[in-house]
Amino acid sequence: MTKLPKWADMVLVPVISLLLAAAISAVVILLIGGDPVEAVKVMVDGALGSPYGWGYTLYYATSFIFTGLGVTVAYHAGQFNIGGEGQAQIGGLGVALVCLAFPWPAWWMALPAAIVGAAVFGAAWAAVPAWLAAKRGSHIVITTIMFNYIAAALIVWLLVEVMRPTGQMDPATARFGAGTTLPGFHQIPGLDLIFTRKVPANVTFFVAILACFAVWLLLWRSRLGYQIRAFGHSESAARYAGISSTKVIMSAMLISGALCGMMSINNVMGEAGRLLQNSSEGAGFIGIAVALMGRNHPLGVFLAALLFGFLYQGGAEMGLWTNIPIELRLLLQGLVILFTGALDNMVRMMVAPFFRTRASAGVR
Amino acid sequence: MDYETLMQLLASTLRLGTPLLFACLAGLFSERAGIFDIGLEGKMLMAAMASGATAAITGSAWVGLSAGICAALVMALLHGLASITFRGNQLISGVALNFVASGATVLIAQALFQQGGRTPPLSGAARFGPIHLPWAAEIGAVPVIGPIYQQVLSGQSILVYAALACVPLSWWLLYATRFGLRLRAVGENPESVDTAGISVVRLRYMAVLVTGILCGLAGTYMATALQAGFGREMTAGRGYIALAALIFAKWRPWHALWATMLFGFLQALALRPDVIEGVAHVSIPVPALDALPYVLTVIVLAGFVGKAVGPRAGGQPYVKER
Repeated sequence: MTKLPKWADMVLVPVISLLLAAAISAVVILLIGGDPVEAVKVMVDGALGSPYGWGYTLYYATSFIFTGLGVTVAYHAGQFNIGGEGQAQIGGLGVALVCLAFPWPAWWMALPAAIVGAAVFGAAWAAVPAWLAAKRGSHIVITTIMFNYIAAALIVWLLVEVMRPTGQMDPATARFGAGTTLPGFHQIPGLDLIFTRKVPANVTFFVAILACFAVWLLLWRSRLGYQIRAFGHSESAARYAGISSTKVIMSAMLISGALCGMMSINNVMGEAGRLLQNSSEGAGFIGIAVALMGRNHPLGVFLAALLFGFLYQGGAEMGLWTNIPIELRLLLQGLVILFTGALDNMVRMMVAPFFRTRASAGVR
Repeated sequence: MDYETLMQLLASTLRLGTPLLFACLAGLFSERAGIFDIGLEGKMLMAAMASGATAAITGSAWVGLSAGICAALVMALLHGLASITFRGNQLISGVALNFVASGATVLIAQALFQQGGRTPPLSGAARFGPIHLPWAAEIGAVPVIGPIYQQVLSGQSILVYAALACVPLSWWLLYATRFGLRLRAVGENPESVDTAGISVVRLRYMAVLVTGILCGLAGTYMATALQAGFGREMTAGRGYIALAALIFAKWRPWHALWATMLFGFLQALALRPDVIEGVAHVSIPVPALDALPYVLTVIVLAGFVGKAVGPRAGGQPYVKER
């Protein structure tokens, strides 16, 4: 097979994958009697047409940045973390415990504590599958899936039996105190000129950008990151070079779980103000699509998260204003994962002929 | 707990264990041939929707069954295309197809029936009804053993018996035929199979197609026998539980039967918290029972109950030497 230039592999392949996924979705929309052009119009209008739409798009993107980074860090160590969903929900538990433990006087004091709570709980939920993979050779994909279900059951039990305040009907924790409310974009000086209505996007977005930078530093500018990437490339070579497989798997998975857990500051603390069932709403799984689409690079993850934020918000608007069900999002998400993650060789074969002619022309 | 309640529990175990058994055997064929399949869930869901919709339109459960199998086969072929032909990541392909199924089923069902992504309730010939085994009443009079025949084994749908029949059938196919020998070899050491002049690609595609058929049966059973019609996300993680059972069974057909029935029993128990309270005199929260199959799987995976080692070439695309 022709080896593609790096830029084609990083940019062209994901873009073509996205176009393929969009094309198939358009055909599906036609088949179920919808109008794809109108659907795109509604999506763009609803997600990007107003500051209000952007407020939602960026809010979703924030969650997806965290889970996408989580999947990315694990991926570089050769581990496929499908457990982002469970880690995010348990991370939400950490956020809830921190927020409810203490009457926080100000959000900027509560935020660092909540970040620590979310990261520690998320990492803890990834720790058991990681340890089993490192020490007992258990398959990380299966164990992390199992831990998603265990997390969901645990949260249901905690919310129904333990953390629900007496007298409250719905399974949720008590509302967090006023001191934990994160400022939304409509409350941040400067941004409030653009975002005049209340939007869910909040300061967590900036934490997410910092996290992108931190992950880049970790993976490409630190000793541990080098070990993680070396291990992911070739386990045997890394071992021969004296890199401990236990250390790499454990640290990569713990960081991955911590990042997935940290998405909960955005939704649990920034939006809902209390812990609800299924708080992550599938963002853990979207992290897989975001990481694959973003080619497992923090910058790519950031861009892919924006794209999925747009698809998520636009899809919601589409479900509201057209006769196309909101589940089209799931289909599109599945197709993007399929083309970027599993059929990537097919996409490469599709673009390869163009590069082959140019390369051979150069030789001549 | 009286004997009557036990019989009810066991009958419910068989009913709930059947889709797991089909799906588990489905996974067994695929993984024995070296193709990981996280996408059992999606194939079941597609089959459930296709069979539920077709049965609702035609009024025949059998037409529904063939539609269900066809839908699962299409999904299986897609997985085969990604993981065999294009040598993609099998895990990612499975995950992706699960999302495709979650989305597509609701979209299609909504477009066809406008009932919020469900298919209309099925009745009569559109469902696989209970079949009463011969002499059920007579044998039922025999103490202790009789009720097992009358109340547990008899009165199940034909697909339950089909699932039970698939166990010896799978065993025979895998261990007593040439196809089975080659299939197992291709999951352990594809190079040797290739050297013997047998096509690895063809064998793996055949295994993936068997997986599709069995997932089709599982999904059809969900929509036309266990329940009356398709509802969104109705498989509710059964594909993953089946995968868990497969590891529990260490990729062997007869063990798959016991593993899926154990998980079926746990599901049946989760529906009857009153029984546990009556027997154990403690109330176990329902979520704990729901989580039990997954916890058990993790314990098995950890190798504390004997080590579970899968087929050696599992998950690796085969690149033919040139």
